[in-house]
Amino acid sequence: MPTLTIDGQPITVSKGTTVIQAAEALGIYIPRYCYHPGLSIAGSCRMCLVEIEKAPRLEVACYSQAADGMVVHTITENVRLARRSVLEFLLSNHPLDCPVCDQSGECDLQNYYMEFGLYQSRFLENKIKRRKAYPIGPHVMLDNERCILCSRCVRFCDEVSKSHELGIVNRGERSEIALYEGRELNNAYSGNVIDICPVGALTERDFRFQCRVWYLNRTASICPGCARGCNIEIHYNVLRPYQSKGKRILRIKPRFNPAVNKWWICDEGRYGFRHIDASNRLRECEAQTADGVIPLGMETALKTAAAWIGESIEQHGKDSVGFFLSPELSNEDLYAILKLARHLGISKIDFRNPGEHPGFEDNFLIRGDKNPNRRGCVELGLYHRQRENGGWMAEEIKQGTLRMLVAFLQDLSLEPEFKAALVSLKRLIFVGSNSNATSEQAGLVLPSATYAEKNGSFTNFQGRAQRFERALVPLGDSLPENELIARIAAHFRMPEQPFEREQLLLDLRAEFPFFDQSTLDPPDVELAYQTTIAQREHA
Amino acid sequence: MEKILSKHFFNPEARRLSFYLQNDGYEAARKALTCMSPQEIIEEVMKSNLRGLGGAGFPTGRKWSFIPKDSPEPRYLVVNCDESEPGTFKDRHIIEWTPHTLLEGVMIASFAIGAHQCFVYARGEYVRYANILQTALEEAYRAGFFGKNIFGTGFDLDVMIHLGAGAYICGEESALLESLEGKKGWPRLKPPFPAVSGLFGRPTIINNTETISYVPVIIRNGGEWFSRLGSLKSGGMRLYSVSGHIRKPGVYELPLGTSLREIIYTYAEGMRNGRKLKAVIPGGSSTPVLTAQEIDVKMDFESLAAIGSMLGSAGVIVMDESACLVKALAVLGKFYQHESCGQCTPCREGTGWMTRILHRILTGRGVKGDLENLVRVANNIQGNTICALGDGAAMPMISFVTKFREEFESHIFHKRCTAVR
Repeated sequence: MPTLTIDGQPITVSKGTTVIQAAEALGIYIPRYCYHPGLSIAGSCRMCLVEIEKAPRLEVACYSQAADGMVVHTITENVRLARRSVLEFLLSNHPLDCPVCDQSGECDLQNYYMEFGLYQSRFLENKIKRRKAYPIGPHVMLDNERCILCSRCVRFCDEVSKSHELGIVNRGERSEIALYEGRELNNAYSGNVIDICPVGALTERDFRFQCRVWYLNRTASICPGCARGCNIEIHYNVLRPYQSKGKRILRIKPRFNPAVNKWWICDEGRYGFRHIDASNRLRECEAQTADGVIPLGMETALKTAAAWIGESIEQHGKDSVGFFLSPELSNEDLYAILKLARHLGISKIDFRNPGEHPGFEDNFLIRGDKNPNRRGCVELGLYHRQRENGGWMAEEIKQGTLRMLVAFLQDLSLEPEFKAALVSLKRLIFVGSNSNATSEQAGLVLPSATYAEKNGSFTNFQGRAQRFERALVPLGDSLPENELIARIAAHFRMPEQPFEREQLLLDLRAEFPFFDQSTLDPPDVELAYQTTIAQREHA
Repeated sequence: MEKILSKHFFNPEARRLSFYLQNDGYEAARKALTCMSPQEIIEEVMKSNLRGLGGAGFPTGRKWSFIPKDSPEPRYLVVNCDESEPGTFKDRHIIEWTPHTLLEGVMIASFAIGAHQCFVYARGEYVRYANILQTALEEAYRAGFFGKNIFGTGFDLDVMIHLGAGAYICGEESALLESLEGKKGWPRLKPPFPAVSGLFGRPTIINNTETISYVPVIIRNGGEWFSRLGSLKSGGMRLYSVSGHIRKPGVYELPLGTSLREIIYTYAEGMRNGRKLKAVIPGGSSTPVLTAQEIDVKMDFESLAAIGSMLGSAGVIVMDESACLVKALAVLGKFYQHESCGQCTPCREGTGWMTRILHRILTGRGVKGDLENLVRVANNIQGNTICALGDGAAMPMISFVTKFREEFESHIFHKRCTAVR
């Protein structure tokens, strides 16, 4: 355990720790381009040069290992000069097209120039012209002029995605990032190279020219794409709709979580936010009448729903009503529904994602189970209520014992058994965010909010219940499922209070010890893809 | 002074094994393998004061002693024959005229460090000379000097000659290793040094061709004998590659510590056409230039370092008054711009920048401040790069501009070249 001194502050670190890591532990930020904690050390950008006493020259902090008695200075005149000169070298052939660069605002060339540069350019020569702005894969654009050859993307493709698409070709100042011949940057994690690119060389095709990054709002969330539950950040623009053609969510970025996804997310998750602003979003309550579908006010609709449930229980008994839940619902939503069901004595509850087959899976992040909260359903005891034959509910509907169904999110008709059975159902209430074949058959449709529009938590396959925060106001009349349930429950003389978010959580933890013991990750705001403002202020 | 390596230069007969054996060839190797322990060999080389003759001048015996002892790991000997430093052509002469001396040195050095595989890395342009070496190697194999159980001692050694693709950077030892491993020739971050983790991650000793070629004579005549040939801290002889505006360019084998004046005026027979000497680069293009007043310096590592230059690879480039030093430096700049590997920022961007400034000055478009900028850029490169190529590009810039400033200013302010035509 070597003890070293950085800028006068002593710190003891484990063997093998580098100076840049030790400094970070002390809150001293050393500027860097090629260094990334998730990748191997390249030591090539020379931005992190620091002065180490007794060393004949400046050393790179990313590669120098902490040694006992080492004395490091990160802000001497020599270090400042070295940083400035490295910046000057990097910018000498840089096109400085910041006004049309998507990276502008989160670019480390800009950031470090404002902090360590601030020199008058003495470069009088012609800049080297290179190929600009061409796609190298389905999601990524490459601009060779902006590239500073930090090789983060090359190392990512070699070490993390292990797909080896990128390399640096040619020598000296003619060096360029390039695809290997006949290749395309189309691996399942290709979008991460955009996040780790410290400059505007690799930009997102999808986000291109959509919005200046300083107009984006950011909210910590959890990716609902699969059972991994990668920590993400939703970047959205609601105040300036003219900036992004009316789209609210503009991009998803990974959020660092060492236990779940480290710094990365897959492309499927990164671009899996389309349904939130899709045209098939349900915006208002609808009822099917003899005259066709008519819109309803929320109060009327909820009253109708409560009345239907009440009538059915009264006339045909508690077993005539069933709930069909979804593993895409949050822990809180599921618990609220269970509470209502318990209050009403309803025991016919099933959950599934109909029409689902085990999806693509790899040994890195992507899980075959494409539902964010199957583990949550299991921990809430739902699994045990599922009878051996998956289609028992369809069977009971056919037999006429189950007369009414409240279906959440999923399209039941994707299962042939259900599709046939739905016709014999007397009443069907659909609660969901997007329309599907089931919502079109439902007598009553209640629009619900997507994950970006509500607070809640998903339990990932490891058993981590991870909280996500509301980024957007729910579209149209839609409401989070637990709120819909709470307001239906009010019609059954159930107090609204237990459905309040914090109370719901307290009850949930009291009743299911699992949620108490498991790490309920707080949504923190640490950004995985770039240095935070706070970190930079330390430097 | 008796010649050691250059004794049989330009005698095609000397390449043959039969000729070499008649002249006590492979006797030193036999002595080393049969009568000496590896430790004794290393001590003898330490006594000889033999230093790395590729340019850095690191004591050879000490380098060999860094190899981990009693480790079961395989270790390698790599001979650096990537001689790419402008103005240096000594290694070419060795493998062209006396390849068996190198091979004998390889045998002794491999035995000393316990290597059973040696790679000779020759630059791509040396295809003809590498073929000569290959022929000699095959001859030696047939005679049983390489392969299994050499001299009946149970020591096995295989040698492989590898041709690079002709990149200057692959003469840098860690880039050479990368290239030898089949990768792009990019220098590695150090530590670990090659003696700990080198070729394929194994302990590796990399020596210059000339260094290894002096090993047989050290074993034959003893380290002290060799040491006495040279100056105090730099033992023995050295091949000086002398080129430029002199009457008799070529490779001269002289004791370390011979004065530069002697080399130019006695051995190379002075300047051509009665012109005056203007500048000398003493140790290959990367070393700081000397003026005509500085040529009384002794050509050894310490004396040159004392006046702010370097012995380097001992490639002496002589320029007379007809040479335009702006042009000379622009040519050098172009070389480093072309040969920079592009891995680290200062060298990749700086070499091109300096070359562009020089090109502007040379074509009459220089402006006030260019020289200050040139020196500033060079200073920003120096010491901040992964390998020594950046330093090598920066040192001539700084020394040329400092020592011959008027010539550069004349180009900038008067748009006129001061070289005598």
